[in-house]
Amino acid sequence: MSDHPLLRVNAITKYYGSRVGCTDVSFNLWPGEVLAIVGESGSGKTTLLNAISTNLMPTSGTVEYRMRDGQFRDLYRMGEAERRFLMRTDWGFVHQNPADGLRMTVSAGANVGERLMAIGNRHYGNIRQEATQWLGRVEIDADRIDDQPRDFSGGMRQRLQIARNLVTGPRLVFMDEPTGGLDVSVQARLLDLVRGLVNDLGLSAIVVTHDLAVARLLSHRMMVMKEGKVIEHGLTDRVLDDPREPYTQLLVSSILQV
Amino acid sequence: MNKHSELAVYNFAYLDEQTKRMIRRAILKAIAIPGYQVPFASREMPMPYGWGTGGVQVTASILGPDDTLKVIDQGADDTTNAVSIRAFFQKVAHVAVTTQTAQATIIQTRHRIPEETLTDNQVLVYQVPIPEPLRFLEPRETETRKMHALEEYGLMHVKLYEDIARNGHIATTYAYPVKVEGRYVMDPSPTPKFDNPKMHRSQALQLFGAGREKRIYAIPPYTDVVSLDFEDHPFEVQQFEEPCALCAASGVYLDEVVLDDRGGRMFVCSDTDYCEKRRDNGHRGRLNGETAGAVK
Repeated sequence: MSDHPLLRVNAITKYYGSRVGCTDVSFNLWPGEVLAIVGESGSGKTTLLNAISTNLMPTSGTVEYRMRDGQFRDLYRMGEAERRFLMRTDWGFVHQNPADGLRMTVSAGANVGERLMAIGNRHYGNIRQEATQWLGRVEIDADRIDDQPRDFSGGMRQRLQIARNLVTGPRLVFMDEPTGGLDVSVQARLLDLVRGLVNDLGLSAIVVTHDLAVARLLSHRMMVMKEGKVIEHGLTDRVLDDPREPYTQLLVSSILQV
Repeated sequence: MNKHSELAVYNFAYLDEQTKRMIRRAILKAIAIPGYQVPFASREMPMPYGWGTGGVQVTASILGPDDTLKVIDQGADDTTNAVSIRAFFQKVAHVAVTTQTAQATIIQTRHRIPEETLTDNQVLVYQVPIPEPLRFLEPRETETRKMHALEEYGLMHVKLYEDIARNGHIATTYAYPVKVEGRYVMDPSPTPKFDNPKMHRSQALQLFGAGREKRIYAIPPYTDVVSLDFEDHPFEVQQFEEPCALCAASGVYLDEVVLDDRGGRMFVCSDTDYCEKRRDNGHRGRLNGETAGAVK
């Protein structure tokens, strides 16, 4: 890991009117690191993720990102054009519901190729080759390249969404409940795949999940949120094996043991 | 100012002067930013949406008493839409009308560009149903405007990619997206892509009016208009296997006409004026009766 963080989040606070979304969240994310944000429904996980990924303007606080030239830039002080360019090249966003992240009416190949075309790739053969290769990496058969995502199963859609995000070689990927709504065996396969890709590509990732097993498998570090605040923060194994806060203890002890 | 008119109730060219002024301002802005869709306060016209209300408003705003108007619908001067719009302007503006491309100063068109090369004293007015090229790819209007503003046109190529993936070639044959002066991606209205090259560096001013959608856009004379494509699937226009059955013209856009219920068909020029002129000059096609003996 390098000496400089990739992302510096400083006192992010988001209010919805007088209601609290999340308050005073600060952390650094290092290159190659996977950070899990866990907590119950309504604890502010998704608000925080959206505030960091510039989908939702925070009430106060700053998010700084280290660009490829090594300079830190405040995301909310960037021009919109630059920010959107960053989002579709250097970042990825995997939604819980694949329909939010995919274009359901165009083929799988075009879904994967869209980002390539957006950054100026104008050679059909190359785009298609790249798309085929990425479908292979996420374990989708090459002969499904011209099928629409609506003909895919839930797990396949989620894998396609991941391929679509990774095709431009991003350095940071946001995932919002990436395994939500999938059955357990498909979840396991997806987690295995994501873990492999994150390792191979040296990605940094912020994963929001309510599933502690996902956090255990994917993340190096985790933050536990409750009522908009980060109540515990540490290495994943430490937090899960030796939770300090009463709420975290409750959370860990409520995992079903089969 | 309206002394020629027998219809005292109408201002010259139907629209009131303030409305024309508003539309001219939109047109000037459109010319200043080639390919950019300028919103304007589209008026109700005495014809239904889809019949060219946008084009009619643009024509009414630029029309002067000395202009000569030609109206075409799918290239033809004698179809319902063309005849009724021509009659409309004869009635409300008393302008001279013509069917001959070279004599017209303003040509209002639906779906075609005349075969004859236009000159710098002519204005071509298009009737546009849907001005937004990204409409069917991105339904949110707020988003498409942002995409235009930030020049995010990757999505347009997604459409072309889909075409090739499904059909093996770019199967879009009309409303084929173009990039104007290296900046805005524009829908050239549902003209066949055969006509796209005619827009490139045209001497004539080209104005586009969409009445229902309340947008005006323009291509000033001598402006670059480039059809989008892939490096390995370059843009190409339709090719026709046989020449026009009436005037033997080749290299022009042809309409297919079914002749009987036994598979008989012929291909004729879609530009009726061009076809007639060629026949007057003695060109004879396969099915032109007078010279049946000369047919192969």
